[in-house]
Amino acid sequence: MSDINSNLHELNRSNIWAGFVQLVPLSIFVIIFGLAFGLAATQTGLDAWSTIAMSTFVFAGASQFAAMELWGQEISLLPLAITVFAINARHLLMGATLYPWLRHLPPSKRYGVMLVITDANWAMSLQKFSRGEPAMGLLFGGGLTLWSFWVLGTWLGIYFGNAIQDPVSLGLDMVMGCFLLAMLVGGKKDTRVFAIWCVAAIASLLAYWFLPANSHVVVGALAGGILGAIWMESEK
Amino acid sequence: MSIETGGYGALVIVIVMALVTLATRWGGVFVMSFVPISYRVQQFISAMSGSVLVALLAPLALNGDNGARLALLATGLTMLMVKKPLLAITLGLVTAAVYRYLFP
Repeated sequence: MSDINSNLHELNRSNIWAGFVQLVPLSIFVIIFGLAFGLAATQTGLDAWSTIAMSTFVFAGASQFAAMELWGQEISLLPLAITVFAINARHLLMGATLYPWLRHLPPSKRYGVMLVITDANWAMSLQKFSRGEPAMGLLFGGGLTLWSFWVLGTWLGIYFGNAIQDPVSLGLDMVMGCFLLAMLVGGKKDTRVFAIWCVAAIASLLAYWFLPANSHVVVGALAGGILGAIWMESEK
Repeated sequence: MSIETGGYGALVIVIVMALVTLATRWGGVFVMSFVPISYRVQQFISAMSGSVLVALLAPLALNGDNGARLALLATGLTMLMVKKPLLAITLGLVTAAVYRYLFP
């Protein structure tokens, strides 16, 4: 491996800081999403500390919104854990795609960097790595930006959430649903994906009507996943 | 196993969610250091991560009031046309609010 290649994965204070700064503009949006989550959690009845703790330690928006959707007086841990796993399973693919560069780092740094992996910093650094440019600072520093703004936004949302009297009349009960839908539609769409969505929808509705409460998410996710494994995209 | 969401229950739930999410963040790299993840498994994982969102949304669309349905419709259409999540979500909320104001 040449010197140029080994520089690609270098991680130091200056390139982490550069990565942090680079993602600040994008993180304005992260604040707003965090705010929406704080608001949704407050309406769902979570106390402020649990909400902040969730954003700090889970740091995965879609799964946090999904947890609010499943929240009640009681919550069954297994369906919740599987739902969170299914939504966040894309992290597995992010780790796998970054492995060719991460493998040069010692394990402590490798897994340290992966603590803050999320969609935006993954996509941007993978693009840079593939062009042969160093991006480890962007991956880690950018991840720290997204994480800190996510927590900050959540905190703001809790305060706003407590101030709003009638959230339903303002449509705020729909924050979760609209957020999840936007994430879904923002992804790739073709006939195969559409078929997968249909199978997932039908399976989840059937489970919703005929199986125990909250199993519909797991059933829908598995049904869609299995179709995806049978009907594969042609390899590039 | 069910757990109450009051008191320490919420904290337990946060810990479980955090551990599961951490497993997804570390799992891909960890597995790759032994064997490359096969194409079929990749396809399963990516199909599953979209399907889970569909599975969450389907009952919401079915059981919600018309305000909720129109909100989802507005968000979906906006995403299809301009692919701007923030705008799409805002329009969804505004749609629900306006509908509920007009037809309480």
